[in-house]
Amino acid sequence: MIELRSIHKSFEDREVLCGINARFETGHTNLIIGQSGSGKTVLMKCIVGLLQPTSGEILYDGRDFVRMSKKERTLLRREMGMIFQSAALFDSMSVLENVMFPLDMFSSENLADRKRRAQQCLDRVNLIEAQDKYPDEISGGMQKRVAIARAIALNPRYLFCDEPNSGLDPKTSLVIDDLIHSITQEYKMTTIINTHDMNSVMGIGESIIFIRQGHQEWTGTKDEVLRSDNAYLTDFIFASNLLKNARHALIEKGQK
Amino acid sequence: MLPLLKPLHTFGRYLELMAKVFSKPERLRMFFKQYVKEMQQLGVDSIVIVMMISFFIGAVICIQMKVNIQSPWMPRFTTGYTTREILLLEFSSSIMCLILAGKVGSNIASELGTMRVTQQIDALEIMGVNSASFLILPKILGLVTMIPFLVSFSIVAGFAGAYAISFVGGIITAEDLTYGLQHGFNQWFVWMGVIKSVFFAFIISSVSAFYGYTVDGGSVEVGKASTDSVVHCSMLILFADIFLTRILS
Repeated sequence: MIELRSIHKSFEDREVLCGINARFETGHTNLIIGQSGSGKTVLMKCIVGLLQPTSGEILYDGRDFVRMSKKERTLLRREMGMIFQSAALFDSMSVLENVMFPLDMFSSENLADRKRRAQQCLDRVNLIEAQDKYPDEISGGMQKRVAIARAIALNPRYLFCDEPNSGLDPKTSLVIDDLIHSITQEYKMTTIINTHDMNSVMGIGESIIFIRQGHQEWTGTKDEVLRSDNAYLTDFIFASNLLKNARHALIEKGQK
Repeated sequence: MLPLLKPLHTFGRYLELMAKVFSKPERLRMFFKQYVKEMQQLGVDSIVIVMMISFFIGAVICIQMKVNIQSPWMPRFTTGYTTREILLLEFSSSIMCLILAGKVGSNIASELGTMRVTQQIDALEIMGVNSASFLILPKILGLVTMIPFLVSFSIVAGFAGAYAISFVGGIITAEDLTYGLQHGFNQWFVWMGVIKSVFFAFIISSVSAFYGYTVDGGSVEVGKASTDSVVHCSMLILFADIFLTRILS
């Protein structure tokens, strides 16, 4: 479980995060949603330690990430896996080498075992046939799946996904969402997903935080999202005309 | 920030980065893999360009010395002697490193800058890898290891260029050139070139890595970092050349 307690983050005079409190449960897909510029990426960067919060606590199963020593931080980071918006695969390495990289760095297993483990991970994301290709030879969706395979190579306890569906078509997005959801349950990880994809919200949003202008505006689940009367959340969720019409139709149907 | 404080601030950030770079590698096996790769990429892949440029510059220096310096009042070995001294003392170390600052420096800065903007460096950090040490240390050590070989190749190619002009151009005999090249040879001059080039190699690799690693933004900033690295490396090489020449002479 990851717990955030009163997280503040400022850049010079501008406060980007204003006292975020949240609990991200183990075995759940926890979503952080919000408009572009709302502060969700900054929040994610604070959680994973790429940025230092101005104040507040980030507890990884009770361990305060903000105040721990550099060495403790490095060790904790080995329990994390992250999928970036751009996949962030190492372009000088093949798909297999990318997945093997964390194993090469931190595993004491021999080469054959490391290779077997990497191939297992690639098999889990149905990409074993692409193991010898390079990142620029595969599609965006495949790159995301390789990033997932690399993230789970060391059996992490915490998985972070920064807009994993960015730039993908809706069908591929569903595949990625399902994969993240099933892996979260299979590996019993605490997964945090940063997204503004409504399909993800409605599909795998077991726990959702809505951030608006650096403030935690709403907290709930995918079932509660549709019934929420929070004006900002409703405005964000039903931003598309298609969804707006569907909601009106739903309300009218309910009234009849 | 005051304009005068900016270079100091940048120098402080450079020192901070170097402190991160010079730490014990997490996995020696991975470090050596990277080290060998960098020696290949930064050193071996530069041999052809270094030899080509040195060959032609050696030939041109020989022509210039013969046409503009040599006179009936000077001994016939003057052309060979001055060609050798220029190649050993300045061209094959300092000027060759200025050329490498363009080729290798921009390569390092743009590679690291692209890794930064595509979040590959963030990915390393999240994994718990000291990204600065993992990426930059093999580059610095790789170039520092390869530079004496590049200097040696440059000297040999420069002499070959001078001989080529004596055979093809016919402006100097091979005997006069050979006598000049051997006349008053001081072995220390070769070592001086090698020692200077090791310092220059450190400047090229560390300064360009600093500009690439600290890129903030997108492709425009990567391009700017690449340009900045070449400009600053060249300036620093020229400054260092003055001090090193004074100390080593």
